[in-house]
Amino acid sequence: MTARTLIDMPRQVKRGEIFEIRVMIGHPMETGYRRGSDGERLPRDILTEFRCEFEGEAVFSARLYPAISANPYLSFGMVADRSGELVFSWRGDRGFAHTERVALVVV
Amino acid sequence: MLGGAVAGVVGGALGGALGRGAVPAGLRAVVAAGAWLASTPASLASTAASQSLPDAAPSLDAAIRAFTGGAPVRAGKVRVQIAPLVDNGNTVPLSVTVDHPMRADDHVAAIAVFSERNPQHEVASFGLSPRNPAAKVSTRIRLATSQKLVAVARLSDGSHWSGEVDVIVTLAACIED
Repeated sequence: MTARTLIDMPRQVKRGEIFEIRVMIGHPMETGYRRGSDGERLPRDILTEFRCEFEGEAVFSARLYPAISANPYLSFGMVADRSGELVFSWRGDRGFAHTERVALVVV
Repeated sequence: MLGGAVAGVVGGALGGALGRGAVPAGLRAVVAAGAWLASTPASLASTAASQSLPDAAPSLDAAIRAFTGGAPVRAGKVRVQIAPLVDNGNTVPLSVTVDHPMRADDHVAAIAVFSERNPQHEVASFGLSPRNPAAKVSTRIRLATSQKLVAVARLSDGSHWSGEVDVIVTLAACIED
């Protein structure tokens, strides 16, 4: 499953520096409460989970509901004491799964 | 019973919007359509309710209890930041901040956001860790109508704190095409 994602964060930080991670993913987040032009209820199709891990350790996670806007956006802070890889993953209805990896260099 | 609740919520939303007199002329057609929705037969409304999601909690308090596990919630520490007057309920920037340190032995473990009058009370919940320098998260949400938003934070010591805010919405998320 492919999805367009935007991950805004510095690729290189100083040890102990506080930085912000902002992530966005292209997804309609169909609530399951709307009706189409034929009057039929549009089935729910949302992202339900987001996780951010650093070297296998949980940094931040989110459980999402239909009240989250289309193209879900999340932002949170992080601080790192060593270089490593950040893994961002989204899961959702209809077996949706998407993962992005970003290398973080700590100097 | 659920069907009645849905109709009540829609009707209440319209009453609130009209009562404030803040509905622009261009929106009247939309509001009229909403009024039709509010007057749809109970049978149709109950069909809607029966198709709602299995994890939808019946009330705001029940949704919050599901998150806290029934533990007492104290008011304070939690700040919900959102525009007090929202033009478009489809995408509303929201931030939640908890005034608490983020140390390994004493930090905010989770934050959950609830809506008083969206079709489903749960908005989002977040899991935090000491790797987060501050207990602050931002996202964008949908608001069905003018209502109260409640955020509850769970600290690593198991205590729960909450904050709430009132929002006025002029164009609701659920009436869009």
